[in-house]
Amino acid sequence: MLRFLLRRLGLIVPTFIGITIVSFGFIRMLPADPVQAMSGERGMTPARHALLMHQFGLDRPLWLQYLEYVWNLLHGDFGNSIAAAKPVFYQFRIFFPATIELSLAAISLAIVIGIPLGVIAAVRRGKLVDQLAMGGALIGYSMPIFWWGLLLIILFSGILHWTPVAGRISSDYFIKPVTGFMLIDSWRSGQDGAFRSALSHLVLPAIVLGTIPLAVIARQTRSAMLEVLGEDYVRTARAKGLPAWRVIGVHALRNALIPVITTIGLQVGYLLAGAILTESIFSWPGVGKWMVDSIESRDYPAVQGGLVLIALFVMLVNLVVDLLYSVVNPRIRHVH
Amino acid sequence: MKKMLYYAAAAVLALGMAAGANAKTLTYCSESAPEGFDPALWEGGNSLDVALPVYEGLVKFKAGTTEVVPSLAEKWEISTDGLTYTFHLRHGVKFGTTDYFTPTREFNADDVVFSFHRQMDQNTPWTVEEPNAVYQYWGDMSMPDQVADMAKVDDYTVKLTLKQPSAPMLANLAMTFASIVSKEYADKLAAANQTANMDQQPVGTGPFAFVGYNPNSDIHYKANPDYWGTKAKVDQLVFSITTDAAARLQKLKAGECDVMVSPAPADVAGIKADANLATEEQEGLNVAALMFNTQEKPYDNVDVRRALDMAIDKKAIIASVLQGLGQVAVNPIPPTMWGYNKDTKNADFDPAAAKALLAKAGVKDLHVKIWAMPVARPYMPDAKTAATIIQKNFADIGVTSEIYSEDWKPYLADSQALSHDGAVIRGWTGDNGDPDNFLTPLLSCNAVDHGNVAEWCNKDFDALIKKAAIETDQAKRAKLYEEAQAIFKKDVPWATLDHSVVVMAMSKKVTGYVIDPFGLHRFEQVGLSD
Repeated sequence: MLRFLLRRLGLIVPTFIGITIVSFGFIRMLPADPVQAMSGERGMTPARHALLMHQFGLDRPLWLQYLEYVWNLLHGDFGNSIAAAKPVFYQFRIFFPATIELSLAAISLAIVIGIPLGVIAAVRRGKLVDQLAMGGALIGYSMPIFWWGLLLIILFSGILHWTPVAGRISSDYFIKPVTGFMLIDSWRSGQDGAFRSALSHLVLPAIVLGTIPLAVIARQTRSAMLEVLGEDYVRTARAKGLPAWRVIGVHALRNALIPVITTIGLQVGYLLAGAILTESIFSWPGVGKWMVDSIESRDYPAVQGGLVLIALFVMLVNLVVDLLYSVVNPRIRHVH
Repeated sequence: MKKMLYYAAAAVLALGMAAGANAKTLTYCSESAPEGFDPALWEGGNSLDVALPVYEGLVKFKAGTTEVVPSLAEKWEISTDGLTYTFHLRHGVKFGTTDYFTPTREFNADDVVFSFHRQMDQNTPWTVEEPNAVYQYWGDMSMPDQVADMAKVDDYTVKLTLKQPSAPMLANLAMTFASIVSKEYADKLAAANQTANMDQQPVGTGPFAFVGYNPNSDIHYKANPDYWGTKAKVDQLVFSITTDAAARLQKLKAGECDVMVSPAPADVAGIKADANLATEEQEGLNVAALMFNTQEKPYDNVDVRRALDMAIDKKAIIASVLQGLGQVAVNPIPPTMWGYNKDTKNADFDPAAAKALLAKAGVKDLHVKIWAMPVARPYMPDAKTAATIIQKNFADIGVTSEIYSEDWKPYLADSQALSHDGAVIRGWTGDNGDPDNFLTPLLSCNAVDHGNVAEWCNKDFDALIKKAAIETDQAKRAKLYEEAQAIFKKDVPWATLDHSVVVMAMSKKVTGYVIDPFGLHRFEQVGLSD
């Protein structure tokens, strides 16, 4: 187990280098630099542009800028956002909890619905419920997030008035951020109706963001269950007269969940990517929106530092999932 | 006796609860987050809007107009040489009380002097170090070239001394960057080494006091009970940041916001037909144009420019792109602005004459790169459709073209580079209601390598606008600007396209909303009917 852990940690170094190269290089491939992005419709003289580029250190050789960037990262300095004139890590701390809250709600929804759906589809293989479930999963997987989100807004907010349109909470409430998680902060605020408002604002964005993971988890669960349900030990359990719920829910599902756990872990990367679109539609102030705004304003430090922080989080989650996988699957543990 | 006390307490409690329950909240769906709350640091409309509820200047623009009226200064005198402005300040004005600051004195001359000198002086705790931020508008409105000093005469009198006469100076002082901040608050921040808080926790004399900001989400204000003027008509004002235009409209329809910015022209008819919604419209203080790069061949030939201008069906652009919400532009300033030349005319839309003129200019096989901005702007909501119309018009006279676009920031930067190729759709919304604010940044020789996208430098035009900028007699200034517009029209550095009508959409319950000619959004006198 220790050797496994050390080997996984060792992979972080080349991954980190790769991420810094991509973060540093990608934003510089886009036309316009941060100083040009500041100028607006009034424009900026070439002399002033050159002066500001120099003051930002952006006229130095790229390799030097990269080395300074990596050196600072290794010392915990993620840079200062040009647009906000604040440390990138400070910005990340403000926006990240919103994305985590949305992502947790989305993945919870995906798990709570996706796994049982996959189990039922496997147990009723070939029947109508299986076809409906998998057909639905395919549609969910294929739908563009933006279109799906706007459709749900028009239906549930615009026509049925069941859910609010956008934002994290009604504008009637000002909730001072303490943890950054609106559900927690609104609960703690004690304001009447605030928690309920925060919860209702989470519903649609969580459904939109959770649709694709739900589809993936449902399909993966079905596939894994079908494999396990064909195993000898399951046949033996049935033959011994165990009730169906025990055979499926305890013996089969436990083993079927092993690959599903890995799938869930891999969805974290998707969730953060999908959050960009979901946050834009629902005006959800998370890291996705922050990254989009930073890219638009060519805020090099925010993009460079922000992408590294997000990537570090994804790596951490995948490490935890891998460890969990080896804990749950004794075969992996014994091999390592 | 005890019973009476109980009843009295219950009545007071009930009244309090009723007041809370009836607290009116006006929610404005804005389209982007502000950069900060310091009125002097930022130029973007989204940042100016969030400073407006809290701050005021010595003077202000009368709601919905470009007329300068008293604000924190009750009256003023200007010396005959135009170099000295003496302002007499209002008594009894209080800065708003917030969770983070309680003022111990009223507004006075010290606050005015500080508000100006923090932008003028170097080597103070308030000198903003580049490159992250700078007092943008102070610089862009050329205040360092114009302002010599702002000095205290007594507690309620200040004297502004200029280096040269400046006709737009009063209008400049009505702009947000010239707002008055609390020196007492500033001193407290400086002593605690927290000068950055001025940009995050504003304190002003305005009708609202700042409550808090959740980044990229919402901004809350409460009515300032100590406001010297007409009190705000709502108890709370909220800016709900909703970047997606479709979501903004859905929020308006669902009652989650009361006022929304920038409805798409195609949505306006639907909004007007909605029984619960209303629109406010006003002719914008703006202009959109197709700007030729007059330093590149063949656009350096005035006949080529005239021909291309003549070939454009501008009425079709008003009908299709603006949905009728606008008028064809003739001059580089809008007709609502003083100094507008009523005698200049557009050339008739005449493809045959355009073709003949191109032939006379000896131009064959002309290919034009038409730049179309990727974002909706108040003066041009859909440049790509406008470009498509222009492309068809050019094709009708035998000119091929391509439509070019890129992200907004690189579009701005690349289209003003000296060597950019082709003709660029761009525009402008006025900052202070003065013709100089259009003509100098967009068409002066000094602006050739930045704001003057046409790279057009006409010495006669330039001399006229420079003279007008320091002339203090408005009638004389108007004459000079009319002459300048005549030169512009003859030389055609732009094919002027439109002045749009600005539309705001709101709930029918909203009262008193007046469209600001400078594209800002003010809520001082906006209320909600029951």
